[in-house]
Amino acid sequence: MRVLVIIPAYNEEESLGSVIEETREHLPFADVVVVNDGSLDSTSRIAEEKGVFLLNLPYNLGIGTAMQTGYIFADENDYDIAVQIDGDGQHDPSEAMGIIGPVLEEKADVVIGSRYLEERGYKTPLARRVGIALFSSYISLIVRRRITDPTSGFRAANRQAIRFLSRDYPSDYPEPEAVVLLHRNGFRILEVPITMRERRGGRSSITFLRACYYMIKVSLAIFIGLFRRVGNGD
Amino acid sequence: MGIRIQVFSTIGALFLLAVVFELIRRRKLKERYSLLWLLTGFVVLAFALKRNLIDILGRTLGIAYSPAALLLVVTLFFILILLHFSTVISELSDRNRKLAQRLAILEWRMRNLLD
Repeated sequence: MRVLVIIPAYNEEESLGSVIEETREHLPFADVVVVNDGSLDSTSRIAEEKGVFLLNLPYNLGIGTAMQTGYIFADENDYDIAVQIDGDGQHDPSEAMGIIGPVLEEKADVVIGSRYLEERGYKTPLARRVGIALFSSYISLIVRRRITDPTSGFRAANRQAIRFLSRDYPSDYPEPEAVVLLHRNGFRILEVPITMRERRGGRSSITFLRACYYMIKVSLAIFIGLFRRVGNGD
Repeated sequence: MGIRIQVFSTIGALFLLAVVFELIRRRKLKERYSLLWLLTGFVVLAFALKRNLIDILGRTLGIAYSPAALLLVVTLFFILILLHFSTVISELSDRNRKLAQRLAILEWRMRNLLD
């Protein structure tokens, strides 16, 4: 069973080193690939020093494209399971096993780590919480089951899902769209509870205006996606 | 339609056609992206030369001042052209994304071979 941890990173020099170390500590059997999304800081040097696989995108293309690059890498190198862990330190690698577990046991094709499945005292700013709640109901309605945290990027995917995502992955703000896409293509999605940490370095990419753009863009993309034929987009 | 606006729009259409022709000749514009421009030029030219065409159009659309119908036609074509460009840009950015992903993975393979 070969496991690949995909860490997308855009200007994450402050946190990337410890994310890699913790990942190795908790998933010693896994390979790690950092997808450097055109960072301007020393992100790529840190990944090099840590000796992980490093994919350098020539310029910033957004989290979706970076993530998809990781999935293409996983597919071409025949990994059985891919785990996404953010480079900013918000995802706790010690919880990665809990996300991989249901995929290993073949209970699900894709597992999402959810902040809201269990109350674990994670403080979300009100505006964001409202946004996530809206998405959550919108997406739960479409996939006809409760998805509590569709924006979470702490995920694991099996072989078939890796192949699918390597061919068709939404571009910017991809997480909610990917949930719908996977569901519509017959993948079994399961949420497991996680605790998300405060980010260690860098800044959240979400400002107010971007949040509005995010909501509109993602809602539109999901809505139009419903009128597409099932199958991969390419 | 007044003779002046007729002369003016004829000159305008001919000028547009000439510019597009010259850009294609110098290979600064690809034929496939010039088709909508050429069509725009010819349509405006047709309306400018055949004055009753524009009057018919104006009457049909209920536009009292028929030269305004010409503007409407031109605007419609501009919107078409812009929409066409948006699709071209989307396709280009999609290809650009794939190229960058390929490059990152090939670069990794190359480093792997050299090490």
